Amino acid sequence: MALLEVENLQTHFRTPGGINRAVDGVSFHVNEGETLAIVGESGCGKSVTSMSLMRLIPEPPGRIAGAIRFAGRDLLQLPDREMRAIRGNDISMIFQEPMTSLNPVLTVGRQIRETLMMHQGLDKQAAEVRAIEMLTLVGIPEPKRRVREYPHQLSGGMRQRVMIAIALACNPKLLIADEPTTALDVTIQAQILKLMLDLKRRVGAAIILITHDLGVVAEIAERVMVMYAGRKVEEASVAELFRAPRHPYTQGLLGAVPRLGSSLSGASKRLAEIPGQVPDLRKPITGCVFAGRCPLVTDLCRQYAPGLEEKGPRHIAACHYAAKGAVAA
Amino acid sequence: MSPPLLQVNDLKKHFPVRAGLFGPRSERVYAVDGVSFEIERGETLSLVGESGCGKSTVGRAILRLFDVTAGQVILDGQRIDDASPSALRQMRRRVQVVFQDPFSSLNPRMRVRDILAEPIRNFGLAKSAADLDARVASLMDTVRLPREALNRRPHEFSGGQRQRIGIARALAAEPELIVCDEAVSALDVSVKAQIVNLLQDLQREFGLALLFISHDLAIVEHMTHRVAVMYLGKIVELAPKQEIFAAPSHPYTQALLSAVPLPEPGAARSPIILRGDVPSPINPPSGCRFHTRCPFAFDRCRIEEPQLRATGSDQWVACHLDEPPQGWRP
Ligand SMILES: Nc1ncnc2c1ncn2[C@@H]1O[C@H](COP(=O)(O)OP(=O)(O)O)[C@@H](O)[C@H]1O
Ligand SMILES: Nc1ncnc2c1ncn2[C@@H]1O[C@H](COP(=O)(O)OP(=O)(O)O)[C@@H](O)[C@H]1O
Ligand code: SF4
Ligand code: SF4
Ligand SMILES: [Mg+2]
Ligand SMILES: [Mg+2]
Repeated sequence: MALLEVENLQTHFRTPGGINRAVDGVSFHVNEGETLAIVGESGCGKSVTSMSLMRLIPEPPGRIAGAIRFAGRDLLQLPDREMRAIRGNDISMIFQEPMTSLNPVLTVGRQIRETLMMHQGLDKQAAEVRAIEMLTLVGIPEPKRRVREYPHQLSGGMRQRVMIAIALACNPKLLIADEPTTALDVTIQAQILKLMLDLKRRVGAAIILITHDLGVVAEIAERVMVMYAGRKVEEASVAELFRAPRHPYTQGLLGAVPRLGSSLSGASKRLAEIPGQVPDLRKPITGCVFAGRCPLVTDLCRQYAPGLEEKGPRHIAACHYAAKGAVAA
Repeated sequence: MSPPLLQVNDLKKHFPVRAGLFGPRSERVYAVDGVSFEIERGETLSLVGESGCGKSTVGRAILRLFDVTAGQVILDGQRIDDASPSALRQMRRRVQVVFQDPFSSLNPRMRVRDILAEPIRNFGLAKSAADLDARVASLMDTVRLPREALNRRPHEFSGGQRQRIGIARALAAEPELIVCDEAVSALDVSVKAQIVNLLQDLQREFGLALLFISHDLAIVEHMTHRVAVMYLGKIVELAPKQEIFAAPSHPYTQALLSAVPLPEPGAARSPIILRGDVPSPINPPSGCRFHTRCPFAFDRCRIEEPQLRATGSDQWVACHLDEPPQGWRP
């Protein structure tokens, strides 16, 4: 059994302009100790998916349906009290901007301590010792001094390390990281990605990594799910997805990013564009979600939504025309 | 021979800041501390480096959004930095800017038509009302937006469309140089490709020079002719694209490039992991400013500041090492 099994997740928001189908029937799983990346452009429902897993969607205007089975229990059926015990303990989360989830008026040490005291029943002294251990683990220099500092006294990279320390303080089985390095410089991103890889080896938590950066996916994920307009459009192992992307959207994404080092192999080519933009999720979509931008679109696509089908070894995609079998794109 | 379009000579911009909330003694942020480069007509020069290294401050000095502390900014042979108000007006027309967040730089109450007409009127470019309308309409064609959109306001557009409006407004002044300060950084992958292609088309069409400020090194490589790598207010390496990306010489350039994750699973990468963050520009390190994070630092680096010196026909590096370190290769 997988650690996490999400079945037909639907998270919709009531808005003045109509119902926003932010996540519309998404199913996936995460195995123990595995790193799954969720990629897609902004607004495609990545953050809403992760907030749904944590049951952090404001209801109303939001509404979550489907099933989210974590270690066999459906989180959507749990009483609030039990869900609070899971959050920050069995499942924890880090965000793109740590300042939004760190409390600006409490010292860093106190914030780690409180997580430990609440979830692990440690007393203040034991929690203090563990807080310093955690800061050391995530590579913060002079941890004994840093525990007494406030978030604004730290750089962006340091704050993200503190968030990781808080997230890992209770040895979670699942860590959800929503664009954890997007706001950081590449140099600091490299530090944080290395830290996440090291910690994964040591702590063994499964990770859901949300990102729009295909380079980050290639670097640290094992499996990847591509989302578009609230749907899952493709899923495969990282090696398989980059070797032979099947969905025209995934192919488009891969073609639209220039490669570092491309100028070494002759003149840079023109970037491949994906014309148009993401559809308005408040309007019902009939047919394929990507039809408005797809170079291969036909009348069939506009009328009938393609289902997710096996296109290769443990490789699924939702496209009427995506090639099956071992052919590369 | 005509002078280069833009010359920046030993530019310095120090911002006074108060030390602490009630500190009486004022300190200085050495945001840009002696930077020199040139941009030719039709050329793209990119400024790269971690945030806080002074890239935007260089851009803003060229736009003369403030008085510089020292040095010169020369447009087509004429000083911008100490130009009289009337001379400055014409120079302002010739250098335009596109910022990262088109929304914050577009007046939300104005219709697109008025946003585009404003610079044309300001610089007296239209011969008549009909000419003004024609120019505004053709700007929409130039940035591939439908003319019907002229009556809409910025919030009715997506991020990519707003960036097209920002570009159209810059083009309205018929500039020779556009400062693009993280102009495509906030855009999604597919839209970013559209805007990058548009900028390249426009550069070719109008012979525009670009100062392209970005932290996205792959986009820089795709877009640029030359690159200036900045660290703590100084240029540490300046070279044509091929040299920077095929044979980066400065340890900082190598570290930056090595840190970019590649969309190639299993690529044998060994990034140079720099220690810590960029130090404060209020109190920059002595000697080579990079010595606190440089894996190759030796005694001399802590004492003596390396000067930019030519290491190739058009390649400049500020480092005490005789040979570029071989630690990392692209
Ligand atoms: N609280 C909310 N109320 C209404 N709509 C929301 C809310 N949160 C998110 N959305 C909408 O859900 C969609 C998906 O958003 P999100 O998951 O944040 O995208 P991503 O993280 O992929 O960029 C967007 O259209 C967004 O506007
Ligand atoms: N108006 C200002 N007053 C004080 N410090 C400033 C001001 N503008 C920029 N700085 C500082 O100057 C340094 C360089 O900033 P900037 O040019 O924006 O860097 P970059 O664009 O490379 O990220 C930073 O330390 C920044 O905080
Ligand atoms: S189903 Fe049709 S429109 Fe959708 S991705 Fe496939 S080819 Fe394109
Ligand atoms: S001068 Fe010294 S510290 Fe500076 S980059 Fe060169 S080797 Fe490193
Ligand atoms: Mg998000
Ligand atoms: Mg900047």
